[in-house]
Amino acid sequence: MLVLIGTVPDNDFPLVSGTAVLNGNSLWLEGHEISIKRGTPALIAAASMVCEALGIDAPFSFLAGDTGLGDGSRKLYEHLKAGIASLDAGVICFHYLQPDVDRHNRVLWALEEKGKLPVLIADAGYMYVAKMSGFAGTYDLFTPDIGELAFLADDAAPHPFYTRGFILHEEENVPGLIKRAFEGENAAKTLLIKGARDYICTKDGILATVDGPQVEALEPIGGTGDTLTGMVAALTYGGYPLAAAATMAARANRMAGDLAQPTPATQVAEIIRKIPRALKAVLDGTANGREQTCLADKYAHG
Amino acid sequence: MGFKILKRRKTTARKGKSPDRGFLSFHNTSEVIRVESLLKENGWDVRVMGPPPELRTGCDLVIEFPLVEQLNILRLLEQNKITPLEAVPVDDPLLKPVELFKTKDFGQHLMVRAANMKLTIDKGTLAIVNISGGGCPDVPYLAESLVGKEIRQAPPPKELGHTLCGYALQLAYEELMRQCSC
Repeated sequence: MLVLIGTVPDNDFPLVSGTAVLNGNSLWLEGHEISIKRGTPALIAAASMVCEALGIDAPFSFLAGDTGLGDGSRKLYEHLKAGIASLDAGVICFHYLQPDVDRHNRVLWALEEKGKLPVLIADAGYMYVAKMSGFAGTYDLFTPDIGELAFLADDAAPHPFYTRGFILHEEENVPGLIKRAFEGENAAKTLLIKGARDYICTKDGILATVDGPQVEALEPIGGTGDTLTGMVAALTYGGYPLAAAATMAARANRMAGDLAQPTPATQVAEIIRKIPRALKAVLDGTANGREQTCLADKYAHG
Repeated sequence: MGFKILKRRKTTARKGKSPDRGFLSFHNTSEVIRVESLLKENGWDVRVMGPPPELRTGCDLVIEFPLVEQLNILRLLEQNKITPLEAVPVDDPLLKPVELFKTKDFGQHLMVRAANMKLTIDKGTLAIVNISGGGCPDVPYLAESLVGKEIRQAPPPKELGHTLCGYALQLAYEELMRQCSC
């Protein structure tokens, strides 16, 4: 089972769980319609599209309403602590939750007591709390952007808001920040770093980079990181090794962005609509063992 | 039972560390007592403590609070006309909020990033066209509330946000307002 966990920006939204159904620009989950704009709904939509393309079970999602007051996140933490170990989860992706170290640790301990851990992916607030907790290395994948990588590289920072200036000044030196994050034990086993060039790396070094197609306008568009995380989670669940899944997801996300011909004012829903086509190009290219340049040609004429 | 203890040792919490907690310091003890009551009445998990050596300003007591919710707590204090001397992380009270901004000009659009938050406007209409980055749950809420609004008419993020991500967005907003001379 692929499990996706996060929040929606509505304080009245209850804690719900189940298999979300994608319908146009909305998700439906337990009778609730959720608009796909950014955040966890964008992640679920992207993951669902990948699962459909791979012919595997759709993701199982846990959602609660939270606008930053933390109430919905706390409900989720408590619910997960009590029940997460009983899920038959192969991959769990934690997303927009209010960082809370104590509650995070209790969820992690509940998973550990079951025995073998599933593949653990953390992005957004859950990546922050995983780093804060000191248990970053227990996770299999973090998906930071460059600013968040600087936060992971800063031993002292409890949140990106407090990343120290001398580390932020190093943002052009991505390999240096990667090294620092791993040396400080503040990184997951694998990092997928989102930026003008995407980096896939472990403590042993940079495994791959993806920089094409280059779509500068993607950076300001809220939700493009969420779609990337959703895709890598689903590809991992589909059986691809984590680093390969991260590389494929990075390519597909860029292609989907390019197909949407975005401007900085484009909303992520327009890009999500392009994911099936971009993903098909990546999957076809991977199956045929072709190089990225050939793949780009196919997608360009697809 | 023994098995469970062994499992837990694998990921033992860092002793003496409070990475998600902050300290609020005040001029005098009566302010501390008033703030403690106010925050507890509003449902926050706070406690009064002695200050660390790095924070020897004001009175001999500080309030420990959930650091991520700093923006929401400071707003409540402001509404009650209380201004703390400082709000700092427990584990490193000398840390300061980010002061470095990155600006990217896309021609028709201008993006400013503060820490992990990016705010983008249309230079012609001054409309907020996108908000990206961040990880706390108020980020999608802030985006839904602010995207499409003209930046001078939109409420500042500090009025809507609750977390440090909201606070970072406020800094990006202030920098954009400065650059646009709004």
